[in-house]
Amino acid sequence: MSIAHARAGAATRTSPYLVALKEAGLTAFIVFMLSILMVGFQTQALQGQPLSYVTRFDAVIWSIVIVPFGRFLLALDRQGISKPALVIGLVGFFYLFGSVVLAWMTGSLGETTDNSGAIVTYVIGGPPLPYVDPIIDAIFGLGSLFVAAIAWSTLRRARRGTLTLEAREAQEHQRMNWARRASLILGPILVAVAVALPFTPWADRALVETLTLILTYVMLGWGLNIVVGLAGLLDLGYVAFYAVGAYSFAKFSVDLGLGFWQCLPLAGLMAASFGVLLGFPVLRLRGDYLAIVTLGFGEMIRIVLENWQSFTNGPNGIGGISRITFFGLPFERTPPEGTESFHQFFGIEFSTLQRIVFLYYVILSLALVTNFVTIRLRKLPIGRAWEALREDETACRALGINPTNTKLTAFAMGAMFAGFAGSFFAVRQGFISPESFKFLESAIILSIVVLGGMGSQVGVALAAILLVGLPEVLRELALYRMLFFGGAMVMIMLWRPRGLLAHREPTILLDQSGWFWRRKAKQ
Amino acid sequence: MEYFVQQLINGLTLGAIYGLIAIGYTMVYGIIGMVNFAHGDVYMIGAFQAMIMLLICGALGISWVPLQLALMLVVAVVLTAAYGWTVERVAYRPLRGSSRLAPLITAIGMSIVLQNFVQLAQGPRPKPVEPVIRGGIQLMQKEGFIVQLSYLQMVIIVLTVALMSAFAYLIATTPLGRAQRACEQDMKMASLLGVNVDRTISQTFVMGAALAAVAGLMVTLYWSVNDFYIGFVAGIKAFTAAVLGGIGSLPGAMLGGVLIGLIEAMWSAYFSTEYKDVAAFGILVLVLIFRPTGLLGRPEIEKV
Repeated sequence: MSIAHARAGAATRTSPYLVALKEAGLTAFIVFMLSILMVGFQTQALQGQPLSYVTRFDAVIWSIVIVPFGRFLLALDRQGISKPALVIGLVGFFYLFGSVVLAWMTGSLGETTDNSGAIVTYVIGGPPLPYVDPIIDAIFGLGSLFVAAIAWSTLRRARRGTLTLEAREAQEHQRMNWARRASLILGPILVAVAVALPFTPWADRALVETLTLILTYVMLGWGLNIVVGLAGLLDLGYVAFYAVGAYSFAKFSVDLGLGFWQCLPLAGLMAASFGVLLGFPVLRLRGDYLAIVTLGFGEMIRIVLENWQSFTNGPNGIGGISRITFFGLPFERTPPEGTESFHQFFGIEFSTLQRIVFLYYVILSLALVTNFVTIRLRKLPIGRAWEALREDETACRALGINPTNTKLTAFAMGAMFAGFAGSFFAVRQGFISPESFKFLESAIILSIVVLGGMGSQVGVALAAILLVGLPEVLRELALYRMLFFGGAMVMIMLWRPRGLLAHREPTILLDQSGWFWRRKAKQ
Repeated sequence: MEYFVQQLINGLTLGAIYGLIAIGYTMVYGIIGMVNFAHGDVYMIGAFQAMIMLLICGALGISWVPLQLALMLVVAVVLTAAYGWTVERVAYRPLRGSSRLAPLITAIGMSIVLQNFVQLAQGPRPKPVEPVIRGGIQLMQKEGFIVQLSYLQMVIIVLTVALMSAFAYLIATTPLGRAQRACEQDMKMASLLGVNVDRTISQTFVMGAALAAVAGLMVTLYWSVNDFYIGFVAGIKAFTAAVLGGIGSLPGAMLGGVLIGLIEAMWSAYFSTEYKDVAAFGILVLVLIFRPTGLLGRPEIEKV
């Protein structure tokens, strides 16, 4: 309290506007340094000509004006003058973002390609905007909204007054409770919606396929949650097990001609044994060493897949993986002689959607199985040992838990579910190649776990919807998609450093009065 | 023998570049204990800025090679350092004191942002760069096989050695280096004793980015092609180098870099080019199994 006062006092002695101006000046300088070469000059590699460039100083100058202005407003906000930031931020948002959205909706967005081959869109007949590319205008519009949001929260906090430490702790506690209750309610709702969705009228092919993709990541997230969230092992190469599952599925299916339900457990087993095999030498390492070694293994497996021509067919991948059947009934309009297809057996009209919906239900049930197993495992001694290991390895060792074996089970368990997900991926695509198992995938899965709030099953599902669904929704933005994706990752993490639904508490607590008590089942 | 010497030269050059990048990882890890995944992309931005500066030199009619090099070096280092500073300020500083995983995720996010920013700002195609330093000296010759040490390789190795010595001096004797080492040992205590921790961490990022920019400049000249994706592979290799040498240790980073460079060169020369990365990672795993703290790392003493 006194520090805050002293800081406020110091700020009022020198005019807040001067302080803000100084910060804005510094920001302008930094933005100039960042953009002068990277934005101001665009290099062009034209066929058969030496590298050349075109200049884009207008964009640099606009950035040097707009960004420090936002910084100026934020600096004022921090010193207690929030209204200008709120007003100007909102105006900026509606002007920059609104006009682009309006232009997009009325169809007055044009497209052209510049001489480097990149697509540049522009607004026809709209209000004058600083950047040629309307998406960049929209990004700056979102930035203005961000400024306004910060000012809004400052104003709200100011109205509520300063909290005492107890009040803040109570609030924190309330928030935790809220997160827990939210996940308790949200979980069944999400499952119900997921089960019912394909029968709703707006379930078209695109939606069901997107949901299938999201569910694949939900499942991977839940699988990795065992390793990262429960056992506290940082695994940056989770995609390796996904790849092992997919490739062993493909090999069993193509070379041995086994069906989906036979291959699935085999692929899971393969992935789990790979988990044990890879985990055995490295799980003695702690923390970040483990992270880099798993990252290395992930890359190694991808490189091997790419180069082991005779077994994996190299970068061309394995195709012709037989399609999924409804427990032996194929989803085909005209099944081969002597067999019956799904629609004939049930006497319904043939539709290509049937297979897609069935795939959707397969991944939904696989994901729910993962979830169920995880929840049950947490209550077993092994799950307890994982959580204890996460909190304090030395103490565990002292209590007679074998850290390596315990970690190994978590690793194998996570790998097995990745293997299942990999099999599903292979059967859905019908074709797999090393391209699908890059480090970015591992990074996305890990982000889903961490953004969801480590250890929270519902949080993982929400984060998967956000992180995988968002790029699908933003497909319109083409090249900007991944930029938004990365930006969203950073922003969410800054906004909620402990994840969306963070309530990381041990399953068993020692009550203050000295009694052990078990918390009720939680998701 | 001649073949071996040639591979030794190539490996050392490569290792010098990896080592310079690895220092950025190892310093950041030493001081705040996080893996700065965006560092590889900062290096990529350094390479791009050096390349653009080279083009501007061409447009301005500066053709004297030392001046070209000096301009590229200064501009790329200064501007890339600004990127290092910004990444720390935007993505890591607000998360100081939160869990260990949160900054890791923002680092991955920043890496995606930087890659896509460069892809958008500079176009996705690979950019060929014309060689600046040509020629070299012949060291040995036997049965038609010429062992060549190019002037460029000499520049790279000499520059790296010079930078490393300057850097070691900086860390060992200046107030800045002292502040860094103090923060590395105990951040809270250092701040109680009047070290500005935030500023020291910022300076660490700036220094790491500056060295990465030098590496980027070297790569631009050495491989003479840049694209927005080079940061990823180089970043992983450099991080591997940092871990191999013992993360947190500066000489370790350099040693690890040289080792990774040598392994890569030798493996591609004698076994197969495809599996050179597998070899590098495999050796890393082996080293970690037998020496979990890396080659020059100090063992972690855990207090209970």
